[in-house]
Amino acid sequence: HPVSGAMASSEEDGSVEEKENNKKKTKRPFVTAWLTIYNIAMTAGWMVLAVAMVRFYVQKGTHKGLYKSISRTLKFFQTFALLEIFHCAFGMVRTSVIVTGVQVCSRVFMVWLVTHSIKQIQNEESVVLFLVAWTVTEITRYSFYTFSLLNHLPYFIKWARYNLFIVLYPVGVAGELLTIYAALPYVRKSGMFSVRLPNKYNVSFDYYICLIIVMLSYIPLFPQLFFHMLRQRRKVLHGEVMVEKED
Amino acid sequence: MAELGEPAKIKNYVFFEVEILDPKTKGQLCFLDKVDPHSTIGEIKCLFHKAYPHWYPSRQALKLDPKGKALKDDEILQNLPVGTTATLYFKDLGPQVGWTMVFLSEYAGPLFIYLVFYFRLPYIYHHKHAFTSSPYPAVTTALLLFSPSSLACVCHSIHYIKRLVETIFVHRFSHGTMPLRNIVRNCLYYWGFAAWLAYYINHPLYTPPYYGNKQVNYALAMFAICQAGNFSIHLALNNLRSDGSKARKIPYPTKNPFTWLFFLVSCPNYTYEAGAWFSFTIMTQCLPVGLFTLISFIQMTIWAKGKHYTYIREFKEYPSLRMAIIPFLL
Repeated sequence: HPVSGAMASSEEDGSVEEKENNKKKTKRPFVTAWLTIYNIAMTAGWMVLAVAMVRFYVQKGTHKGLYKSISRTLKFFQTFALLEIFHCAFGMVRTSVIVTGVQVCSRVFMVWLVTHSIKQIQNEESVVLFLVAWTVTEITRYSFYTFSLLNHLPYFIKWARYNLFIVLYPVGVAGELLTIYAALPYVRKSGMFSVRLPNKYNVSFDYYICLIIVMLSYIPLFPQLFFHMLRQRRKVLHGEVMVEKED
Repeated sequence: MAELGEPAKIKNYVFFEVEILDPKTKGQLCFLDKVDPHSTIGEIKCLFHKAYPHWYPSRQALKLDPKGKALKDDEILQNLPVGTTATLYFKDLGPQVGWTMVFLSEYAGPLFIYLVFYFRLPYIYHHKHAFTSSPYPAVTTALLLFSPSSLACVCHSIHYIKRLVETIFVHRFSHGTMPLRNIVRNCLYYWGFAAWLAYYINHPLYTPPYYGNKQVNYALAMFAICQAGNFSIHLALNNLRSDGSKARKIPYPTKNPFTWLFFLVSCPNYTYEAGAWFSFTIMTQCLPVGLFTLISFIQMTIWAKGKHYTYIREFKEYPSLRMAIIPFLL
C-alpha cells in the first residue's frame, strides 16, 4: 500500500546496484538473464496498461468504466509481481524479503481485496488517481532495473526513479486511502469476508475494522518509506555523505 | 589521532594503549593508555564507560574491524591480533534490558491479561456480562468439576506461572542483556496474542469443543504431560551448567522418563512446549490459539534447528539418531 508511488525495493541504491550487477553478471548468467527478461516483460506490461488507460479516456471522455476495461491486465501484472518476493528469498536480488513482501502484498491486497471485491467503488475518481501513480511508478522502476541489468542506465531514468516519487508517492497513497474509505459503507452493509460468533472455531473477523486498521497503518508506514526514498535520492543523485542512523 | 610513541614501560612490563574509534567518522572517541595486556574486553568497556557514563558496558559493542563481529567480554587484549596500540571500533547497541526483566514482563503480562478476560472485567464484552462466568455445563475432569473456560484459565495460568518460576529459580542466561526494542516487540506479541485468545475463550458466545468431555479430558492429560516434560527438560539443562562453567555440553537422558526424549531430539523442551500449546488448542477448539501455536512452533523450530546444528558442529560424537525438534521428522 504505501508503495503506490514508492520506487519500491527501498533498500536498493543506484550506485551500489550497478557494481553489484556487474559482479552478478560475471557469476550468474542465468539469474541475470531471467531478471532481465522479467523486468522487460513487466515494463512492457505496465506500458500496455498506460496506453490502454489513455486510449479509453481519449475515446470515452470519462473515467467511468476505465477500471473495468483494464482490470484483467492490471490483475495479471500486479499479481505476477509476487515473483519479486522469491527473487529476494533466493538471493537473486539484493533486497530484504520482508520489505518487498510488504510492498507487493499491499498492492495485491488493494487490487484483489478492494477494487476487485467491492465493485461499487470501481468508478471512483480515487481509483484513477492510484492507477496513474502506480503505472508511472512501475514503468520507471522496471525500466530502471532493466537498464541497470543491461549496464546502460540513461541518466533520465535514474533521475525519474529518484525524483518522480516525490509527487507520485503521496498521490498514490491519497488514491488508495480515498478508495478504501469509499468502500467502507459497502463492506459494512454486505458484511463481506467477515465471520461472527458463535461458531465452532471460536473466532471472529470483521473486514470493516480490518480496513480501518489498514488505513491507520499508513500513518506510521508512509513517512518511513517516503523519507527512506528521500535519503536514497540524496545519496544517489547528489553523492552526499549521509551519516545514517544506527538501526 | 593517537600518537604512536613508545609504549610506557614500568619494570620491563609493557603496557598497551587502546584507542576507540567511531566506525563511521573514524574519529577518536576515547584513548586509554597504560592498559594491562591481560585486561579483558569487559574491563576495557568499563574504562570506556567512565569516559562516557551514558554508554554502560552492556550497551557497548567493541570490534576490531568496523564491519566485523563484536568482541566477547572475556577476550584478553594481548591475545587479539593487535599491536601494542590496539584500535577498536565502537557500536552503540541501544538501551539494554536484563534477560530476567525481559522474561518476567513477557510472562507476567499474559498471566494477568488472561485473568482480566476470564473475570470479564467491564467494557470488554457486553455490559450485561460484566463479572459473570461461563454458564456452560460443567466438564467432569479427573474428579473436579470445571467449565471448559475455567479449565482453560487454570491451564493458561499454570503455564505462565511455571515460566515465571523457571525464570526466577531455574534458568541461567548466557548473555546478560537484550536490546530494549526487543522487549517492546516481544511483549506486544505475547500480550497481544494472550488478549486475543482470551477474548474468545471467555466470550459469552464461546462454543465448547465438538467432541465434548472426551476431547477436553484427553487434551488436558496431554497438556499436563507436556508441562511436566518441559519442566523436566529445563531442570536437566540447568544441571548441565551446575558447576558454573560456560562451556557447552551434550545433554543426555536422565532417570526421569520425561528426559528420555533426548534420545530422539536435541531440544525436547521445545517439543514439549509445542505439544502443550497443541493440546491447549484441542482443549479450547479456538482458532486464534491454533494460530498462536503455529507461529510459536515455527519460531521454536528455527531455534531448535540452530541449536541442533551448533551441537553437531561442536561435538564430533553427537548422537546421529537425534533430530532438532520432532523425532525422526524435523
